[in-house]
Amino acid sequence: MAFDYSKYLRNDKMPHIWCPGCGNGIAMKSLIRAIDALGYKKEETVIISGIGCSGRISGYLDFNTLHTTHGRPLTFATGIKLANPKLNVIVVSGDGDCAAIGGNHFIHACRRNIDITLIIFNNYIYGMTGGQHSPTTPSGSYSTTTPHRNIDPQFDLSKLAIGAGATFVARETTYNIFALDKVVIEAFKHKGFSVVEVMVGCPIYYGRKNGFKSAFSLLDWQRKNAIRMERAQSMKPEELEGKFTTGILHRREVPEYTQLYYTLTESFEKSVDKVSMERE
Amino acid sequence: MEKEKFLQGNEAFAEGALYAGCNFFAGYPISPSSEIAEYMAYELPRRKGVFIEMEDEIASMGAVIGASLAGAKAMTATSGPGFSLKQEHIGFACITEVPCVIVDVMRGGPSTGTPTGPAQGDVMQARWGTHGDHPAVAIAPSTVEECFYEAVRAFNISEKYRNPVILLIDEVVGHMREKIRIPKPGEIEIINRRRPNEAYDDYLPYKPDLGGVPNIANFGTGYRFHITGLSHDWSGFPTNDPKRIGELIQRLTKKVEKGEDEILRWEEFMLEDAETAVVAYGSVARSAKFAVKCARNAGKKVGLLKLITIWPFPVKPLKRLAEHARKVIIPEMNLGQIVLEVERVIGGKADVIPINRVDTELISPDEILVKL
Repeated sequence: MAFDYSKYLRNDKMPHIWCPGCGNGIAMKSLIRAIDALGYKKEETVIISGIGCSGRISGYLDFNTLHTTHGRPLTFATGIKLANPKLNVIVVSGDGDCAAIGGNHFIHACRRNIDITLIIFNNYIYGMTGGQHSPTTPSGSYSTTTPHRNIDPQFDLSKLAIGAGATFVARETTYNIFALDKVVIEAFKHKGFSVVEVMVGCPIYYGRKNGFKSAFSLLDWQRKNAIRMERAQSMKPEELEGKFTTGILHRREVPEYTQLYYTLTESFEKSVDKVSMERE
Repeated sequence: MEKEKFLQGNEAFAEGALYAGCNFFAGYPISPSSEIAEYMAYELPRRKGVFIEMEDEIASMGAVIGASLAGAKAMTATSGPGFSLKQEHIGFACITEVPCVIVDVMRGGPSTGTPTGPAQGDVMQARWGTHGDHPAVAIAPSTVEECFYEAVRAFNISEKYRNPVILLIDEVVGHMREKIRIPKPGEIEIINRRRPNEAYDDYLPYKPDLGGVPNIANFGTGYRFHITGLSHDWSGFPTNDPKRIGELIQRLTKKVEKGEDEILRWEEFMLEDAETAVVAYGSVARSAKFAVKCARNAGKKVGLLKLITIWPFPVKPLKRLAEHARKVIIPEMNLGQIVLEVERVIGGKADVIPINRVDTELISPDEILVKL
């Protein structure tokens, strides 16, 4: 039987505002399948988003949802998780939201290793505001604010996350949804800060300006340029030029932040108990 | 057990916050407010509360709002430059109606200004710092004891009216030490936000209840809903309906107006027959009180209106003193901010004389006395 997405969606909020051919819907469905696979309860799950096309996801998913300010969903998520560590906390953020205006929050969330999963919808562009270039827009490509060619270097978000100390980092495409499902599930299961960079195509604002004639051609570009991590290891740097690696790029086990914090507070409880017992 | 402590204003505020049940602090180091963070960093983990030093001022405010949505009583503390950065999220807390307390220990500005010098330059920023129409509650204590009691009141007001409450403590009050008595638990009423009692399926998080304040559930308590900084209707979802948008913004402002009897606090000192009245707040009110005492000893009919709540602006006592005072003196450590409100309320019925200093020196009693 086909998967029933409707039980996780706010069906009265449909249709969504994403353009035809946008990859966000594909990524959202993968997120839903992962939640379903792990049996997360709706009431115990909080989904937080920022501003932009990706930010709209919080309105569509039928959980406790929080649509925050531009670039800052991770800060709200940190407060929620620390105040109630029992909650499953998921953040969805775009490339502009996460890597430009929210860049500082991004690297510090990676460093802190708090048990939150961050799903980045990387579409290389600011879609909601009409196609301005973002920190992940490839050099040499065109946008409404790089009409003469983009000279900015491009951020590699997964490398940035690894460098900043994230304990789980994966990258997948909306072309390979089976692989995407797998890494989202693994990210949710990871105890610590997990990052999944999803390459989602924006055919309208990125694709049209950069020679992609259809939504399909963007997916095809993903197919041709995504290199599995295992394969990339045996390839020469020149062969990897212009391509990106996919799969679980980094994973390590490190004590999680809320666990460390509450272990610390429990040590006081014990010492207080000891003192009161001694007094008795 | 009743306790007496010798504390500075910043520490007394932290004690007051803990008394009120504050169990979450997120902050970023900044002079002259850091003692509040340090006090909370020591105390909160010992009381099962959460202290976290975030990566910046904006992040601290975001974490405070997140924690409050998850049920915590949350606060942050900062000073001018950080207060500017927090404005974005103060606006978010206003429109989403998330209880929280923000302390701004005022220092000389603009910009980095004079980090260790006192000022009262953030009065208008506390009112209009975040964009758009919104209600503002701001309190300016002038003694260490008031720092404690106003901390409790700030949490109570923020929980009851579901609005951020801002404490404007000037550097003098923040760093000055005085002996205070810490009340016993239960001696002061502690107010906690109301919880919804509707069935999960019928729940509308932004449906106004008592006093126009909605009963928004804490995340993780069984209810399922959406919160957004976009203009929203009772369901919590965004709306573009002009009627709903108008209703929301009006309700936000009105819920605070309706609570003014409880929110507003001031002290009247020798005002009954005063022909000259001083209106002051924060550390300047201390100089003003001394000056008024001296002038009374010299036989002059003078009095003091000490403002404790400054936003919403206490109109009532000012109108009352305007009935007999011919001269109203407003000393402020800025170039004239509260004086604008005073002029508006007095409406030409008395001469309004400002005394201003922006050189990070206190306004002394002598400077006020010569005008009395």
